[in-house]
Amino acid sequence: MTKPKIAVIALVLLALLLPLALPWIKTPLILGTAFGIAALGISILIVSGQISFGHALFVCGSGYAVAFAARQWPDLDSVLLLALGAGVGALLGVVVGSFVVRYRGIFFGMLNLALSMVLFAALGKFFTLTGGTDGLRLERSPFFGLTMARDQYESVLLVTCVVLALLLGWLVQRYLRSVAGQALAALKSNETRLEYVGISAYQTLWIGYIMSAALCGLSGAMFAIAQGLVTPEMGYWVRSGEIVFVAILGGVGHPVGAFIGAGIFEFVKLFAAAYLTGAWQMVLGFVLIGMVFLAPRGVSALLEPRSSLPIDNEQERP
Amino acid sequence: MSTPLLQTTDLQLAFGAVVVADHINFSLARGERLAVIGQNGAGKTTFINICTGLIRPQGGSVHFDGEDVTRLSPRVIASRGMVRSFQLPQLFSEHTVRDCVRLAAAGKSGRLGLWTPLAQAVSKDAVDSVLEMVGLAARGDALSAALPEGQRKLLDIAMALVLEPKLLILDEPTSGVSTDEKHGLMATIMRALDAQKVTAIFVEHDVDIVSQYATRVAAWIAGRIAADGTPEQVLADLEVRKNVIGE
Amino acid sequence: MPQELYALAVLDGLSYAALLFLVALGMTLVFGVMNIINMAHGSFYALGGYMAATLGGWAVAQGASPAWSLLILPLAAVIVGCLFGGLMETALMRRIYDKDPILQLLVTFSAFMIFEDFQRLVWGTQPYFVSDIVNYLGTTDVFGITYTRYQLLLLPSVALVVFVALRSFLKYSSVGRQIVAVSHNREVSTAMGINVRRISLVTFVVASILGALAGALASPTVSWVPGIGAEMIVLSFAVVATAGLGQIEGALVAAILIGLARSFSVYMLPELEVLVPYLIMVLVLLFRPQGLFSVAKARRV
Repeated sequence: MTKPKIAVIALVLLALLLPLALPWIKTPLILGTAFGIAALGISILIVSGQISFGHALFVCGSGYAVAFAARQWPDLDSVLLLALGAGVGALLGVVVGSFVVRYRGIFFGMLNLALSMVLFAALGKFFTLTGGTDGLRLERSPFFGLTMARDQYESVLLVTCVVLALLLGWLVQRYLRSVAGQALAALKSNETRLEYVGISAYQTLWIGYIMSAALCGLSGAMFAIAQGLVTPEMGYWVRSGEIVFVAILGGVGHPVGAFIGAGIFEFVKLFAAAYLTGAWQMVLGFVLIGMVFLAPRGVSALLEPRSSLPIDNEQERP
Repeated sequence: MSTPLLQTTDLQLAFGAVVVADHINFSLARGERLAVIGQNGAGKTTFINICTGLIRPQGGSVHFDGEDVTRLSPRVIASRGMVRSFQLPQLFSEHTVRDCVRLAAAGKSGRLGLWTPLAQAVSKDAVDSVLEMVGLAARGDALSAALPEGQRKLLDIAMALVLEPKLLILDEPTSGVSTDEKHGLMATIMRALDAQKVTAIFVEHDVDIVSQYATRVAAWIAGRIAADGTPEQVLADLEVRKNVIGE
Repeated sequence: MPQELYALAVLDGLSYAALLFLVALGMTLVFGVMNIINMAHGSFYALGGYMAATLGGWAVAQGASPAWSLLILPLAAVIVGCLFGGLMETALMRRIYDKDPILQLLVTFSAFMIFEDFQRLVWGTQPYFVSDIVNYLGTTDVFGITYTRYQLLLLPSVALVVFVALRSFLKYSSVGRQIVAVSHNREVSTAMGINVRRISLVTFVVASILGALAGALASPTVSWVPGIGAEMIVLSFAVVATAGLGQIEGALVAAILIGLARSFSVYMLPELEVLVPYLIMVLVLLFRPQGLFSVAKARRV
């Protein structure tokens, strides 16, 4: 079995078994998994060489959509809320992506950033609609048709998130190995040639963007129902930066990277809160700097012996 | 024969005071092997860029196989069958040799699949046969960026060939390749073109290569075609000898 | 809108623009010379303010006249710029000049994260507000509106002085001309014998001093709390993106544009006030991504 697969199994077991020993760890695990899904989304764009410092737009936008829905229809099942989050993310991705993917490099990054800050500022200002900087609360919805107490709800949510993470990791890997995904990687190295062989760079990047937005949207829905609260902070540029941070820290070569990165992130946060007077940003800052010099392709790349690009590992038959 | 494969009418382009395309009227029939010669800056690459849709001319038109392609994008023009290779090999540096060709083959089909892995989404035979034609079959799993220059050029051409073009425009196919390798490279390319019955235009500086492999030569001087005929005719032309070959 | 409010909006906008300009100037300088966007630049702004508040508070405790602030504020900026800017360049920046742009961005973002916690550890989470210099300089009447001389005169003057000084420095001094050379072409500059390592350090420290100066100047006017650096950096992105990366004169105009747009919206459309800088940024990026004053074409397909 390959090392990345071992890592996947290890993470899944960790996520499912740790709460048996430490029940309070469910919430951090849920948030960590959600974070990993957002990082998975960003890693799709990183494959194309484009970096967005504004994807918190989709996390936040979906989070608020879910909050509005849950407050309007309290009987709406959590499963549907999660689907709504992904759907709203995808829709926003279609609309925003339609013009944003025409930009490259620093302009792509800055435009995404600017759009997310517009949302952030708007959500804070229009408090009659959005609850302002205090945000919106949402009550626990039924899950799979059943009304649950908090503890049970969290367990079910955790398992659901882990299952979704596995499924999405697999789907993203398949996507990155497909024609569209490989075209995305080719866009990074030679966009002109891509066009010259007949593949539309615009369509390629737009598809990748929509995928990344949907994943971030799903992640936003998870945050919303796990915390019972959405705030404009979810859309702040530093959150976008943290998603990129986690994706790069974990490495974009294999989907497990996003979750390794998220795991390190959440672990350091907990550890620092308990032992280092909460200086988790400082610790993580040093961790990433160390990683850039020691393992520049991310932690997950340490698991792979050769080039960590999602190239088809088909064996050559003699 | 019927319509010419490629026809330009009164093409004009100037960058400020520099005229790079000076009312170029030109036509190419199927099956021709045209060598384009001219000094650097004479407008040869500009001509290719205009024909393949990378640059818009300020005046005039380009017709390919009867269709006006002047305003079409490189991607659409490639799908119509006019394909080019590049003077500096344009490869996907993070992909293997085989994957580069596969991506081109995928471009030919025009579908951007989201599910089937690249290797299964394209015709294995088409990819293998093109690699065979350019002699890169043994290097299929090498990273394109790791190839020596001559092989990079071959890969660049292979990526164009797999698109099954009607017209292949090669921009300086033997440049950057050592003198003793040039003829071998050109012979390989011509064999591949013969196998696929592709009409070709190649930009070339080496006079020997031109006289050996071209059926027709067009000489560019300062944005216009100064001479157009058989290799013997054009290479003997006085203006060409003075301005292009440099004697 | 009544005339007094009009005047107030203009004055408000200009004094705010002065701060925006100083911060944006530092960022655009670093980008012009090193081709890196320093995501930790806002941290120098924050640190400048904290340092100024600390030194100022100490001076007040010693019984010194608030006039000393006129010396303390730039001093705080220089300390922060040299200490933290110098540290960041030598320990970090010079090791990443040849790295992938994505990694460069993440490294500066990590520095930002480190600085955020550093501020919290040193200065805590309570607000700092040392405003004696503002009161000391008093107020003045403009078109019937009472305005603090600090915001009316000091801030814009400092910004203008810095603008003129920097331009002269870049144009006429030896080091300045070397900086310009490096910003045009790093390799050619090395070939010409310019010590690019030293120039990079000087540029980075100067840029950090500028950011810290903005913070130091701002700290007597607003409560200094954690997060102020993060807020300032996106605003300076807005200015830099609007002007065009590397444009110094453009940054001044863009800062004034955004400053005025924001202050006018406070009086005319208060709901939009916070959004205005980002809306401008979006519009400029959509329709002229290279910035209003840049000559180079932006990467758009």
